[in-house]
Amino acid sequence: MTQSVVVQVGQCGNQIGCCFWDLALREHAAVNQKGIYDEAISSFFRNVDTRVVGDGGSISKGKICSLKARAVLIDMEEGVVNEILQGPLRDVFDSKQLITDISGSGNNWAVGHKVFGHLYQEQILEKLRKSAEHCDCLQCFFVIHSMGGGTGSGLGTFLLKVLEDEFPEVYRFVTSIYPSGEDDVITSPYNSILAMKELNEHADCVLPVDNQSLFDIISKIDLMVNSGKLGTTVKPKSLVTSSAGAFKKRQEKPFDAMNNIVANLLLNLTSSARFEGSLNMDLNEISMNLVPFPQLHYLVSSLTPLYTLADVNIPPRRLDQMFSDAFSKDHQLIQADPKHSLYLACALMVRGNVQISDLRRNIERLKPSLQFVSWNQEGWKTSLCSVPPVGHCHSLLALANNTCVKPTFMDLRERFTRLYKKKAHLHHYLQIEGMEESCFSEALSSLSALIQEYSQLDATKSMPVEDLPRLSVAV
Amino acid sequence: MSIVTVQLGQCGNQIGFEVFDALFSDSHCTQGLCSKRENEAYRSSCKERFFNEEENGVPIARAVLVDMEPKVINQTLSKAVQSSRWKYGQRSCFCQKQGSGNNWAYGYSVHGPRHEESVMNLIQKEVEKCDSLGGFFIIMSMAGGTGSGLGTFITQNLQDQYSSSLKMNHIIWPYGTGEVIVQNYNSILTLSHLYRSSDALLVHENDAVHKICAKLMNIKQISFNNINQVIAHQLGSVFQPTYSEEGSFHYRRNPLGDLMENLVPHPEFKMLGVRDVPRMSENSLAYSTFTWAGLLKRLRQMLISNAKMEEGIDWQVQPPLSRLPTLGKRSLSEQLRFNTSIANLVVLRGKDVHSADVAGFKDPALYTSWLGPDNAFNVWTTQRAFSKYEKSAALVSNSQFLVKPLDMIVSKAWNMFASKAYIHQYTKFGIEEEDFLDSFTLLEQVVASYCNL
Repeated sequence: MTQSVVVQVGQCGNQIGCCFWDLALREHAAVNQKGIYDEAISSFFRNVDTRVVGDGGSISKGKICSLKARAVLIDMEEGVVNEILQGPLRDVFDSKQLITDISGSGNNWAVGHKVFGHLYQEQILEKLRKSAEHCDCLQCFFVIHSMGGGTGSGLGTFLLKVLEDEFPEVYRFVTSIYPSGEDDVITSPYNSILAMKELNEHADCVLPVDNQSLFDIISKIDLMVNSGKLGTTVKPKSLVTSSAGAFKKRQEKPFDAMNNIVANLLLNLTSSARFEGSLNMDLNEISMNLVPFPQLHYLVSSLTPLYTLADVNIPPRRLDQMFSDAFSKDHQLIQADPKHSLYLACALMVRGNVQISDLRRNIERLKPSLQFVSWNQEGWKTSLCSVPPVGHCHSLLALANNTCVKPTFMDLRERFTRLYKKKAHLHHYLQIEGMEESCFSEALSSLSALIQEYSQLDATKSMPVEDLPRLSVAV
Repeated sequence: MSIVTVQLGQCGNQIGFEVFDALFSDSHCTQGLCSKRENEAYRSSCKERFFNEEENGVPIARAVLVDMEPKVINQTLSKAVQSSRWKYGQRSCFCQKQGSGNNWAYGYSVHGPRHEESVMNLIQKEVEKCDSLGGFFIIMSMAGGTGSGLGTFITQNLQDQYSSSLKMNHIIWPYGTGEVIVQNYNSILTLSHLYRSSDALLVHENDAVHKICAKLMNIKQISFNNINQVIAHQLGSVFQPTYSEEGSFHYRRNPLGDLMENLVPHPEFKMLGVRDVPRMSENSLAYSTFTWAGLLKRLRQMLISNAKMEEGIDWQVQPPLSRLPTLGKRSLSEQLRFNTSIANLVVLRGKDVHSADVAGFKDPALYTSWLGPDNAFNVWTTQRAFSKYEKSAALVSNSQFLVKPLDMIVSKAWNMFASKAYIHQYTKFGIEEEDFLDSFTLLEQVVASYCNL
């Protein structure tokens, strides 16, 4: 089996990452009750004999001794990483996996990318190499970061290029948290646009997520719980909600619950690669099936049923509802409406007690309400993983390569242009060595080119689908 | 003679297991409805074909398991161990850590050359265990990357190294929608390459088998296990022993060779399909009786109307009265309402099999003008009942049945190819646009040839 390394960058990236590790541990603990270090666990964890000093001590078989996350934690301030190291997950990381600074990137992409990038390049490379050496067959780097700030956005995208140069064969899947409209970081449009160019050029797949959508989903779950619907009970010990990762109590901030959703996204994305099933889907199948052109690698995701994301027990509704919800706009992890846009490709990754006939029935049922691009009318990829999320009977992760991401990008461009016209805050960037105005104009044109590609596809929407004249052969 | 099975990829390995399990169960079931001596002979013939005997008496499948990731092979091996009746050889598996990612080019151009030696060595070891080798049976899907790409590569190698042995590829045709997005690309690359290197392609369509599970077997929630078991049953009904000739009680020695001889008279036509009757859930079976006349009448109509199962047969379809070309151009679907055959083989198993009358299959109108029924039709029989059916009939046919699905796959792949979508994933591993064009050309030729029968 293959392994993956998670690279969590910046405050947001580290908080989500922390949530993820907590959930991953709980999931494997529930599935693997004998405590044997197996292939499934090995995809995200190493088994280490802590009595051995130095780098050795990796155990490949037998009892679980001490699990270490295959992760590299990067932040340019110390707060979040220190909290992690003092929290319940401290044993899963060691100091060799961390890179921190004390000064922070000041919400400035250029500081993260240009200053810290060059300052820490060697160190980052060394930690990445080390993490790769511990793998038997490294398949994928999962980068988690936010787009709006300085470290996640700047350094997070800097390291994508490093990964590409150093590990060209290893996939780069990026989970990017996009700022919402009323983001409190004033420079977030600059940071996001500059980061977008890097994502365009150096990522294999990007899973965009935005805070507003996460917030809406949380509100909906809360409503579900508080409405006191028949049979709704709060689970005493939920396994799909991270608590160890929580720095504050849930009531105080919705961020933990929101981070939890993103952590579940990564867990479900990798479940079919880690566990058995009657129709497996390895990570390398994701980009193969969902990325028809290298640039168009943004995948809109939805997780259903929603209650599998929370500590609640709701009597399972009709299985088919889970499939319908996956396409509705209020279940997407970004503000997007796939149903009224154009699909280039769509993957349905199912976990639990669901059979191929259930999948087929639902595809047939939903297909008429969805529009697919003319050359990929049957653009469905499916997988069946037999291990459900802990405590639930089934779940679905839908990944859509759909033109509905375009409004997010256009919105970003508009906010960028508003700032850029006034040259507001520009000097903070231009004073950084290596930053020119051309960096902004190139980033802008890169984004515009991407938007243009989506627009061209959208324009084919109303055209009738016709078979092209085929090759003729002499008989 | 023995057959060495090579099972590749998730699909190939899952089906391979079910095939061996079906063969073993049938040959060891007590409902054979024949004399003890005859049952013994049947069992030993099946064993010679598909199993080695190990020292402690547990038969070992004559199979090589190949996958590029370990999960499915581990699962398959442990299922065989759990059955505790037969198993796979300890050293007959080859797996790697990272799958082919649904990419034919990766399976064919990367995994293929890299693991050529190891896989071919395993196959050679298996061949050496056979007293006499009848040929290879290669089970693979054509949608994904390992079965399709590596399967194609291995078949070509078998062609080079065992040029005098027969190779039959068992191909799982993906659902029309929704398994793998690039399945049409992978399929045309697989089919066109196998058309050059394989002796025959035996095809099972997932859509058709799925319908059998739903309509005939009455399964509500259909799993891949259900589907694979139906496929395994159909293969068993063909490959289990039959008498070598009419009136003889000796079992046929070289089933693969005979099958090819009967069914593939011309290298341009090598697509084979299986149908069988009766087929029902066990509950209904207890309340049913069958006559040979009834079974064969239905089987014949299934053939000429191109129905994949007993339900919903179009009884209106009749053989054309004359073979004169009709005036004006008919649409493809109109042309194909009557399913013209090149060759058919009927396999009859069970009680009073000698009384079965197969005259209906000997009508020259069923066949293409250049091959008469004497050469185009064969029947194999045995008194030994198959599985739980007192009487059963299977039909392997080389006919126009696959023209529509093939035309569909070529059409979808062509539409995608015109937009250049996904091509970069293939060129990355050395499969260029010209390779696609070659594949399109060859398959258009195959479609046209079958259409013009």
